[in-house]
This record gives sequence, C-alpha cells and structure tokens, in this order.
Amino acid sequence: MTQAGTRSRDAGESLSRAVVFQRWGTLVGGSALALFGITRRSKSGIALATAGGLLAYRAARNKQPQEFYAEASFAINCAPEEAYKFWRNFENLPQFMRHLESVRVIDNRHSEWTAIGPLGVRLHWTAEIVDEGEFQWIVWRSLPGSDVEQTGSVQFKRAPGDRGTIVTAIMEYTPPAGAVGKTLASIVGKDPEFTLREDLRRFKQLIEAGEIPTTDGQPHGPRSAIVKTIQVLYPEKRKPTEFEVAQRVVGQRRRAS
Amino acid sequence: MKAVCWMGVEDMRVENVPDPEILNPRDAIVRITSTCICGSDLHLYDGYIPTLEQGDILGHEFMGEVVEVGPGVDKEKLKVGDRVVVPFTIACGRCFFCQNQLWSNCDNTNPNAWVAEKMMGYSPSGLFGYTHMMGGYAGGQAQYARVPCADVGPLKLPEGLPDEKVVFLSDIFPTGYMAAENCNIRQGDTIAIWGCGPVAQFAIRSCFMLGAERVIAIDRVPERLRMAEDGGAETINFEEVDSVIDTLKFLTGNRGPDACMDAVGMEASGHSLLYYMDRAKQMLRLNLDRAEVLRQCIAACRKGGTLSIPGVYAGLVDKVPFGALMNKGLTVKTGQTHMMRYMKPLLDRVERGDIDPSFVISHRVPIDRAPEMYKVFRDKEDHCTKVVLDPWANGAIAA
Repeated sequence: MTQAGTRSRDAGESLSRAVVFQRWGTLVGGSALALFGITRRSKSGIALATAGGLLAYRAARNKQPQEFYAEASFAINCAPEEAYKFWRNFENLPQFMRHLESVRVIDNRHSEWTAIGPLGVRLHWTAEIVDEGEFQWIVWRSLPGSDVEQTGSVQFKRAPGDRGTIVTAIMEYTPPAGAVGKTLASIVGKDPEFTLREDLRRFKQLIEAGEIPTTDGQPHGPRSAIVKTIQVLYPEKRKPTEFEVAQRVVGQRRRAS
Repeated sequence: MKAVCWMGVEDMRVENVPDPEILNPRDAIVRITSTCICGSDLHLYDGYIPTLEQGDILGHEFMGEVVEVGPGVDKEKLKVGDRVVVPFTIACGRCFFCQNQLWSNCDNTNPNAWVAEKMMGYSPSGLFGYTHMMGGYAGGQAQYARVPCADVGPLKLPEGLPDEKVVFLSDIFPTGYMAAENCNIRQGDTIAIWGCGPVAQFAIRSCFMLGAERVIAIDRVPERLRMAEDGGAETINFEEVDSVIDTLKFLTGNRGPDACMDAVGMEASGHSLLYYMDRAKQMLRLNLDRAEVLRQCIAACRKGGTLSIPGVYAGLVDKVPFGALMNKGLTVKTGQTHMMRYMKPLLDRVERGDIDPSFVISHRVPIDRAPEMYKVFRDKEDHCTKVVLDPWANGAIAA
C-alpha cells in the first residue's frame, strides 16, 4: 500500500488545486467579513456579517465532485492462478466487496454491476474487461451511459520466495453530480482506501480460510445505552452472506418445529 | 444460557443470554463442562484493556462436548459427541502464519483486524472473550460457546482423563510451557521467574522439563511461593528483600540468571519510584501498563541472556531501559501462545503422568459465583490460586 485516499488524476491536479484554493479563500474571507460585521454593532454591520456568513457557509458546503482513488495490496497464501480464477469470475466479487449487491456476467468480457447504498439506493453499471493477462492481471472499466464511471484493476504476482501471491487492486470512481454522486460518495467516499483494503482482506480470508470471520449474531449480555443508541442509528449495514441466510432459515424452521 | 458478562470495571454479572448459533461454515458449538478464570481476565475486570464493551461474555479457558458442527468442518477432525479442550486462540490453519506454526498470529480470524492494525501495525489472531480489538468473540465462561475454525483448534480428548487434568491445556499449561521454551534453555541454566501465578507455576515445571538446573521464583503471596517451592523452585519474597536484582546477583555469583521471565505483565507491583509513576499514570489513564517487572527483568538478566515475556501488555510502555537491553545483548521472546504447537504433546505428558495440572486449582465453584470469584482471585483472598467454574451446577437459568 503506498498512496492513500481521495485524490485527483494528474491531469486534473492543477485545476482541482485552484478549486480548493478558491474554496478556502471564500471560507476564510467570508468568515473574516462576518467577524468584522459582528464587531461593528450597527445595521450595516449586521448586513455585512450576514453576507460574510453566507459566503463562508456556501464555501463550507460547496464540495466539488471529486474522484475516488484507492489502492491496496494483500499477500495471499495461494498460487496466483487460484486467486486469479476466483476474481476473474466477477460474480464472486459481492462475496467480499460489501457495497456490491450483485454482479451478473453477460459474456466473457461484460458484466452488470449493482451497488447498494444507504436507504437501499441502487447504482448500476456495465463493466467491460479491457485488458487481461492470464493468471496475472485484469483491467476493467464501466461503459458509457452507466450510473457510475468506474475503472478497476487487479494484479496477481508471485511473492518472493514463493510465499503465496501478492494481490494489488486499484479502484477509481468518478461520481456524477447530484444524488447518485452522493450515494456513491457514501459508499466508498469517506476512506476509499480503507474500503478497498477491507474488501481485499475479505478476499484473502475467503481464499485462505474459506470463510470471512464474524461475530454478528453471537450472544451477549445487556449493552449500555450508548451502544444501543448507535445500533438503532446505524442498523447493521452489512448484508448477511448466503450461508448466514441459509443458517437463519434452518434455525427458524428448527425452532418452529 | 448462563454467561459471565463484563458490565463495567469491577462489575461482572451472570446473565441469561441466547444460546450461541453456528454463524460460519467451520463453526462448532461446544457444551461447556469446565471453564476457568484466567489471570489475564483480571486485566479486563480492572478495565485496563481497551475496546471491551458492556455485555461482553468473558472467558477463554474452557472445555466440553461438541453438540453441533457447521457444514464446513472436516468430519475426520471433529464431530458431534467429541469431548474437546478448546485453545484460547482461534486459528484458520491455512494462512502463512498458521503454516509456519505461528498460530496466535493467524491472519484470518479477527473480524476487527483493522482496529488491532491501528494499534499494533498488524493484527494477531482472534481470541475468545478478550476485547473487540482481538476479535470480540463471545467467551467461554458460559454454558455453551461457538468455536470458529473448529477443525483446527479443539483437541480431542481420550477417555478417562477428568476435566481438572486437561482443562488447563486451553491456555495456562501451554502458555507456561512456551514461556519456558522461549527462555532458550540449555542444560544447567538458571532461570528467574517473576510472578508465581498459575502460568508461572506451569513455567517453573516446564523449565525443569526442558533442562534447567535452577529456577528462582519471585512473588509475595505465601501460598504461591510455597507452590513454586513444591515445583522445585527457590523463591524470593520481594516484600522481604531490599532489591530483587541485588538478591538475584548474590544468588548467581554476580553473573545473573541465564533467562528472565516476566510472568506478571501489565499490572505489576513493586516499590520503586518508577512503579508509583506507572501507578499514577495508569489511574489518570495516561498509560495502560505498569512495567515494573519488565524493567527488573532487563536489569537482572545476565549479559547475552534471554527475556521471555508471557505476561500480557496492552499498549505503550514507558521508561523501559532499552540501553541495558541493547548493550547487554539480550534476546527478547514473547507472544500469545501458539497453542496448537503444544496442546497434543502436553496432553501426552498428562496421559503419561509426567504432570498433573490440577495442582493449581484452589476453588471449584458454580458459575453463579463467578462475579465474587473475580474479586477473590484478583485480591488473592482465601488462598486463591486458580478458579474453575462449573457452568451446570445450579441448572440452566441464572437467578
């Protein structure tokens, strides 16, 4: 793992820097104006303060749509072929990428992706594999007309000393303006690298251990009021695995009989 | 079922909670027949290890009978009806670390690995009943427990060995043994062990098994010192000497012990200025650990000697004489116990009659009395050395 977080592509670097500069300028200037207005203690002062406050507020609110970029890598105790085959069947991806609801493979190069965001809002896009080296790498990108502009790549490289495979994934998203962009931002935006790293960790766990460790659904004693509140505010975001669903059904039947 | 829950600092309660269910394909459910309170549970009881939550079920030393297995469990290795002892570390058996016998460093069993990574760089394996940073798994001071990766950890037991003789294979016997192994013992070595708690008792006996000629054990609780002497150790009561380090120097002809073992960990006691500083900072929550014993171990160890640390530490440790460590060329060996390396060989030793681990037990009580036993064990009241709980003594419902 080398570079982190949310950043712009090189071409857009100077532009986005200008945007950031402008935004901070407005924020600082507006705040100063507001302060100056407040200290005047007059009608014009109040007007000045209001105008300054509005400027600062807008600057603080007005986030430019930005690209999300993340990269992460994990050493996995398996041959590159094994990891490649599991990933190459894109229908496996939702097993370890938590924000994906489903991926449906259309043909050898095309697949339909559905991501699920807060309040069950769904984003759809069609991905096309644009390059691949067998057992080595896969590169894909979304087709024009999708909800989301997405590029992804993954590389499978034999680790030194034949100690497994180093899997390196890179994801880039360009969110559109408006609600879809907000949904995407809430899915991957806060810390895109964290999201990707945890996805890759689950990939590794599935390949090595055959399952993703969990404690969801285990017993515990009474929780404190704070924890209960958090649980109400943020009900389990994670969707259960197929196995968990099957187990719950079996459990319910067993209790019913 | 009944379960011993942590409800806050020094507040343990027996609660009625739902029975555990299979959550992953490689899970098993064990009906617990014996379960213990570990010295390391006392760090949780006292609230010194972060990321514990009210309502968490504690306990990581337990054994019992398998009553359910998931579809992913290798039936050759484990099936319903097997009587097993369950190690406190959870290991997948298939990652780089498991395959290199570093079981307690398993990569794939901590669901909250990222939390541990924030504090430690990388996450060790998941543990039963030992904070959310270490996985948040419900513990074994209960009537049932869910055991993940059940075809790797649990050790099947032969007929005829009572619980008392085998339950400590879940933690303290292997932990004491690994601590002794970590002393790099060569024939004739002298080993100094700080602390005479249950792990140290097994460490003393293991040191002799591995060829040590002399073990010097340090504590202040008379019955624990006596138990150490029963195991063949010489003892120092640190309340009765001016300086443990000088006493060890005297006893070893100014050479120092070949290896020093810190079997105390983060809640050490002492009388030095640094100890009182640790104490004050711990009260202010400025640090988690009191490192008095660690400092003494480094100072007391002979040049080129080995430091073995089975005692639990949680965070950043202050005022450690690293200059002494470097200039004397000490080797440091530590870690949570790589349980699966030791359980079977040590079971063989129990079967052969080399050792009867039940000697450490001072209390065997119904699980309902667990809350009071935490206090008794921590304060070493009533000659308490080790508490074994019976989860079924008073029926299935908590009062």
